[in-house]
Amino acid sequence: MSAETQDQYADSRDTTEGRVFTVTGGDWESVTEAIDPLSQERLVVNMGPQHPSTHGVLRLVLELEGETVTEARVVVGYLHTGIEKNLEYRTWTQGTTFVTRCDYLAPIFNETGYCLGVEKLLGITEQIPERANTIRVMMMELNRISSHLIWLATTGMELGALTMMIFGFREREKILDIFESASGLRMNMAYIRPGGLSQDLPAEGLAKIKQFLKDMPGHLREYEDLLSGSAIWQERTQGVAYLDVSGCLALGVTGPVLRSAGLAWDLRKTMPYCGYETYDFDVATHNGADVWGRYMVRMEEIRQSLRIVEQCVERLEPGPVMVADKKIAWPAQLALGTDGLGNSLNHVKHIMGQSMESLIHHFKLVTEGFRVPPGQVYTAIEAARGELGVHAVSEGGTRPHRVHLREPSFINLQAIPAMAEGALIADVIAGGASLDPVMGGCDR
Amino acid sequence: MTDKSQPNESRPPGEPAELSERVQPQESSQKGLFGVSGTGDTSGFGGLVRHTTAASALVSTPRPFGEYFDEVVDILNEHDEISEETIKAVVVDRGELTIHVAPDAIRDICRVMRDDESLRFELCNSVSGVDYPDRDTRLHVVYHLTSMTYRRRVRLEVAVTAEDPHVDSVTSVYPTADWQERETYDMFGVVFDGHPNLTRILMPDDWSGHPQRKDYPLGGIPVEYKGAEIPPPNERRAYK
Repeated sequence: MSAETQDQYADSRDTTEGRVFTVTGGDWESVTEAIDPLSQERLVVNMGPQHPSTHGVLRLVLELEGETVTEARVVVGYLHTGIEKNLEYRTWTQGTTFVTRCDYLAPIFNETGYCLGVEKLLGITEQIPERANTIRVMMMELNRISSHLIWLATTGMELGALTMMIFGFREREKILDIFESASGLRMNMAYIRPGGLSQDLPAEGLAKIKQFLKDMPGHLREYEDLLSGSAIWQERTQGVAYLDVSGCLALGVTGPVLRSAGLAWDLRKTMPYCGYETYDFDVATHNGADVWGRYMVRMEEIRQSLRIVEQCVERLEPGPVMVADKKIAWPAQLALGTDGLGNSLNHVKHIMGQSMESLIHHFKLVTEGFRVPPGQVYTAIEAARGELGVHAVSEGGTRPHRVHLREPSFINLQAIPAMAEGALIADVIAGGASLDPVMGGCDR
Repeated sequence: MTDKSQPNESRPPGEPAELSERVQPQESSQKGLFGVSGTGDTSGFGGLVRHTTAASALVSTPRPFGEYFDEVVDILNEHDEISEETIKAVVVDRGELTIHVAPDAIRDICRVMRDDESLRFELCNSVSGVDYPDRDTRLHVVYHLTSMTYRRRVRLEVAVTAEDPHVDSVTSVYPTADWQERETYDMFGVVFDGHPNLTRILMPDDWSGHPQRKDYPLGGIPVEYKGAEIPPPNERRAYK
């Protein structure tokens, strides 16, 4: 490329590997024109880690022949924050605050998976109050809806449907409002705690949930009116990024992607937890095994989640939201003030003015934490993206010896080469988006 | 890189002879009531010695194991390619089955677990490591398998020393183990023999050391006051 034709968006330099371009914008044709088609057929494109359609900091190295991808490699680790290591130096209760930050679009799932693990280690799974379990299920299903909405929003945006992005984020905002009224926080709530919940769901939150249940079916029809009939949406998704059941199982892919290939594997049905066996809902499947199938499955899952939330609202009875065992239950009665969640004034009055023993008990449990009998457990829940497994190991102390999260984003991303190789470069975007990876969860 | 365990190293000859002894844990005990170290224990409980029960965790559970556990272990034992010595211990705890196996047999056992018609563990959920610094075979690799046909779960566990951290890779049986073995190598320095591309995955390529090991040094936080430093979390006075 001579100095006159140098593209301001596509700087180039010569290296021993050949000419390297750094493309920041502009017209793709002007870049490809600069390459001598006879001597340089092989083109390696480095997509990411800051590409807008990579859902965070994911890097894809694509080898192209024309517009066809011949080889795709996925590079992860840009968002590694050492959450698993950090957990080992905090108490079991503080661990909730860390795991909630893994998959930041589905924090309730991380918290619940982790807390189920801790409770299994403690042997108190059966003692969790009914109300706590119902609220957990309700919050998980609301979180599934909000996560699927983000998927719909970002995938729509990546495939050219910008309106869908606005719509998706608009409705997700209402779910975040529900989370805020329950926990004081919109994201990374640390709402689910070992033994129950950080605090009860207030009446205001319940009213918001009921309003949401009324509004959401209409919005779903709106999304489908926008996308399902659109010729562009169909062309970009149908038959794209095919991955059948055997491919999914070999690569460990679970969740909506596996169900879009036709296998009705949903841990809520097959290995129930939190009382899911008592709820009436269907497992959504499709047999397209493509991006369209994953879209259909997720839309249906939102409907089924709404059904479950409705049942939760019906069966919600007053009662405790934390185990009765005072050696485990968080001592502070928390209350939501105007400045966020804190110790309730009644509790502060009690420990500071009335009962020395309560103060000691509070102090011991908050600073030292409870001891967990040695052993290891693996608990798995059906998160928005697939199976979220928690392998928790205790050596008998007040801190975890090791906690490993089997993150569906991390496992599912391995499927990108299988989906992308041999397809067009534009379909890499659709295929990658259909996996719904969240890099915070992937890299932990 | 000062890292000794390169992925392409082959196993030193004549190593795995005394494996069955090495898998046995050591006794460990703790003094005092609050696990205080480096400073005096003024609680009056300084003479208290507590033996941790975790030390005896690797003793096999007596039969019957209950649920489907007996069946799984029996079927595994029927296979000729799995010899008696490769299954070190069978532990049933909190309704979960853990089979401790030899590190050079894990691939064969996984193949049987996947292919046997009455086992059918089609899905490898998770591969990860655990570091038990008090034990001789301190590095453990834990595999969680799921049978979707029978709706069962099982945990396989292998233990190796930090000096000879070689475990057979199961990527040829479960391709999903690819990234998970890379993560275990990255975080614990376990070398998976037969892995197609055992490189770091979460840490930068030129990182040295394996951060999830318990003896990996943690960073303190320098404070802008006379060169003081907030000690790293494992050196602070805390309840243990």
